[in-house]
Amino acid sequence: MSILVDENTKLLVQGITGNEGSFHTQRCIEYGTKVVAGVTPGKGGSQHLGVPVFNTVENAMAETGANASLLFVPPAFAADGILETIDAGMSLIVCITEGIPVLDMVKVHRYLKGKPTRLIGPNCPGVMSPGKCKAGIMVGEIHLPGSVGVISRSGTLTYDVVSQLTSLGIGQSTCVGIGGDALPGSTFVNILELFEADQDTKAVVLIGEIGGTMEQEAAEFISHKMTKPVVAFIAGSTAPPGKRMGHAGAIITGSAGKASEKIKALSQAGAIIAPNPAEVGLTTKKVLENL
Amino acid sequence: MKIHEYQAKALLAQYGIPVPKGKVASTPAEARKIATEIGGTVVIKAQVYAGGRGKAGGIKTVNSPEEAEKAASQLIGTRLVTHQTGPEGAPVSKVLVEEASDVARELYLSILVDGTSHLPVMMSSEAGGMEIEEVAQSAPEKIFRSAIDPAIGFQPFQGRKLAYGTNLDGGQVGEATRLMTNLYKLFIDKDCSLAEINPLVVTADKKLLALDAKLNFDDNALYRHKDIQELQDKEQEEPLEIQARDWGINNYVKMDGDIGCMVNGAGLAMAVNDLIQYCGGRAANFLDIGTLNNTERVVNSFKMFIADPRIKAVLVNIFGGMARVDVIAQGIVEAYQQMNIPFPVVIRLAGTNLEEGQRILAESGISFIQAKDFYDVANKVVKAAKGVTK
Repeated sequence: MSILVDENTKLLVQGITGNEGSFHTQRCIEYGTKVVAGVTPGKGGSQHLGVPVFNTVENAMAETGANASLLFVPPAFAADGILETIDAGMSLIVCITEGIPVLDMVKVHRYLKGKPTRLIGPNCPGVMSPGKCKAGIMVGEIHLPGSVGVISRSGTLTYDVVSQLTSLGIGQSTCVGIGGDALPGSTFVNILELFEADQDTKAVVLIGEIGGTMEQEAAEFISHKMTKPVVAFIAGSTAPPGKRMGHAGAIITGSAGKASEKIKALSQAGAIIAPNPAEVGLTTKKVLENL
Repeated sequence: MKIHEYQAKALLAQYGIPVPKGKVASTPAEARKIATEIGGTVVIKAQVYAGGRGKAGGIKTVNSPEEAEKAASQLIGTRLVTHQTGPEGAPVSKVLVEEASDVARELYLSILVDGTSHLPVMMSSEAGGMEIEEVAQSAPEKIFRSAIDPAIGFQPFQGRKLAYGTNLDGGQVGEATRLMTNLYKLFIDKDCSLAEINPLVVTADKKLLALDAKLNFDDNALYRHKDIQELQDKEQEEPLEIQARDWGINNYVKMDGDIGCMVNGAGLAMAVNDLIQYCGGRAANFLDIGTLNNTERVVNSFKMFIADPRIKAVLVNIFGGMARVDVIAQGIVEAYQQMNIPFPVVIRLAGTNLEEGQRILAESGISFIQAKDFYDVANKVVKAAKGVTK
């Protein structure tokens, strides 16, 4: 099993005809993902990469039965694209777009309340269930099917961690990039809940970073609700306060945002902290050997 | 993005929030003229992006236009060192000349977007004039919060809660609520990431006045606020960071070490800096090269390293996903062709188009140190930096 996406995922791509949308849709199809529809307003009725394109998400869902959406819409229009997809009743939206204004995301979160939609991202690499479905921009080849769940706020750091796992023969159930923004659609806690409930996930690797309090909330969840082991690494121990380190959410504004505070909280909650980012794979290996 | 206090106060005034009478001066003579216009006791405030100006001598109260000119001349053209600047300080090119206020009480008021509730939250406190994080530590019961639903906006009951929380008396609560409503409107209209009035003072004649103000803006939303973009004062930014942006490298942060870093992805770039420290070295910068389709940004990254006299060795760590390893490799070769690289370069490549990237580096004949994985690249660059004597 896996979480969020699997062999039954029928993917819709918003912004399929754009440069990034085209490039990554092609990669998803090559990986074996069932891409059933694309949406680009004004290009409805055409075909792109062998996929039918629609003007609206509602039409695309009605015609194709799409049950997940991957979004590449430019930042100024992305929130509107997410709102449209929530309104259409989509169960999963994965938003890749980087640079969406925070106040646009405030509206999105308000609109999400009470709706059945789960949002992953924005500003994320997407969701990957190895061997089943790639709904994102991550490198397909480095993944291996298996039983370790991966959750991360980062993209390329996750690729490195996944390739460490794969080179040690440790496969992944699902890898979820929740994104580097300050207001992510799903948090560490949301995804930890899913991994805890997933029978085929035996352990979880959590890659956090400076800024916000999501890691502390994850620590709270781990200490009270999580029975599976969690291996964690927090990036940004050497980051100066008050500086935005690439990701919109990676800025230390108070003491809770520091890496040391997050590591302390996770460690006290029983998570196993990798000593450095190059040893996340080895740390996970030891944890699995002791299960 | 940050702006100066005088610019923030002009925006507050536009939104009907009372601020002290004052004007900004770029020369001591201008400061004297403004002080004459205002008359009586005035306050001369150095305009820098950093906080902590009072303790650092950046705020002076004077009693005559002559003293105003003198105080301005002691500030303009100098660098102000506060606990928020580095030891190098921040350049002062302007001072705000303001009428002195007769302060009875100092309160605190701010709005920011809360990451847990995903809503703008307004905070008030009667412990104004100090940093709110200190208050949160020492007297958390003095902080009042109210989350604002964007669908209905700021409501009068929230104003009452926040105003009564600061022990304002009945007559001032209505005025405070109007001020808060206006501050929320400004926050939303201009895509602020922080709107802070600290202190919000109650004057001796019981009026509310924004004595100091800080407005920060969401970088992602600047595209729809040309007026705000124009307020940016590049002098207040780190010169290397300005240079990087001019060369198309948006995610560059100066650090305090001697190892130049070029990485793709923000999380990986942070992790590289951590790993360098783990191996006993210090990064000179954080640099996320992002996704690129051409070699220009790679060449410009090397220009950045050459422009930075502290650099003793350079680390390149690329995990190709969206970014293609062959393009990065081509960029490195071009950098070596265009300039003399005076420091050792340690390169680790992985991911999309790796073989092609390795072939390009090997066939170019350039001299570099190859690393096989994440740990190896950090370890080797730390050794290389220590081995070089400059």
